[in-house]
Amino acid sequence: MAHETKTVHNPPAAARYYGSAHTGTQTFWHQRITSVAGVPLTIAFIAIVIALLGRSHATTGQVLGSPLVAIVVILFVASIAYHMWIGMQEIIVDYVHGPVAKYLALFGNMFFCSVVGLASIYAVLKLSNGV
Amino acid sequence: MVEFTLPKNSKVREGKTWPQPAGAQELREYRIYRWNPEDGENPRIDTYYVDTHDCGPMILDALIYIKNKIDPTLTFRRSCREGVCGSCAMNIDGTNTLACTRGMDEVKSGPIKIYPLPHQPVVKDLVPDLTNFYAQHASVQPWLQTVTATPEKEWRQSKEERDKLDGLYECILCACCSTSCPSYWWNPERYLGPAALLQARRWLNDSRDEATGQRLDSLEDPFKLYRCHTIMNCTKACPKSLNPAKAIAEIKADMVERQV
Repeated sequence: MAHETKTVHNPPAAARYYGSAHTGTQTFWHQRITSVAGVPLTIAFIAIVIALLGRSHATTGQVLGSPLVAIVVILFVASIAYHMWIGMQEIIVDYVHGPVAKYLALFGNMFFCSVVGLASIYAVLKLSNGV
Repeated sequence: MVEFTLPKNSKVREGKTWPQPAGAQELREYRIYRWNPEDGENPRIDTYYVDTHDCGPMILDALIYIKNKIDPTLTFRRSCREGVCGSCAMNIDGTNTLACTRGMDEVKSGPIKIYPLPHQPVVKDLVPDLTNFYAQHASVQPWLQTVTATPEKEWRQSKEERDKLDGLYECILCACCSTSCPSYWWNPERYLGPAALLQARRWLNDSRDEATGQRLDSLEDPFKLYRCHTIMNCTKACPKSLNPAKAIAEIKADMVERQV
């Protein structure tokens, strides 16, 4: 027979939980910075993509070889990937509460954003003959 | 995981239609959530007809009419009947508000649907269990905290400093805002919710209070404060026309200000 653990509900203790984690502001602030940075970087990135439409692999490599273009594209990728990581993490923390599911989702999110960000930066460097 | 559907024993069923009052000139249909913890039944929606010529103009008047003249078992909280006590907060026509300050004529057409405040445990019918809500309010320590000795007369404050409490001190803790907030629905145990945070702001804004740093420390938490995603349901719902979303944004601004 299963033994039922009896607990006495203590609302003040429950409301205080583990106290304050003393974090969150940096995440909040970085989310704002990356969203503001995302505006000019996205416009610049789209302009670069339009300029490269229909161009050959060699020309693309040449354009991306320009330090200014390469830096803008890399900044765009880094800023968006970081923003994506924070945003998805917020959604997971909101909705996923299971002890295993939450950590799996948080790990998966971090790995996915890191891989997407790093692979994109690597691709830019490779196209611009940097590696 | 967040529950998007109601548990089996919370599924709401069609209830009883109560007889219309005899000799009524004009009737208004009410569809009201009923649940009794003692009968083991699922919640149900009962239909009542209120004679508007024999009843006051507010939704609360209709509830009192129903309780007095049709069904004495209908259970709800009420006290001041003028928007000061916050007791009769409930979900009327899809919006959290006070039954005493919402007129029947404000629900334009069709039946007036009344439910308890969303996503709270129900004690009975329209009475929600707000224990957690009150405990969260207490956890922000809503009282004056000082390190200097208590003055012989009063704690002094300029008129301009006092003005900073306007829009904050008027909260009546009816819970309309917190229970309309999706973030509060998903994380009611760990997110303090707009009502408690509005009161936190009220004490952060008080020029006489000397615990601002400790107050910010205790709020700086991914859950307690940062589950607010500026959805604005709180501000939309507030029957006192306060702006909890703005108060929370100001707390976040202070958090950033003390770091950068």
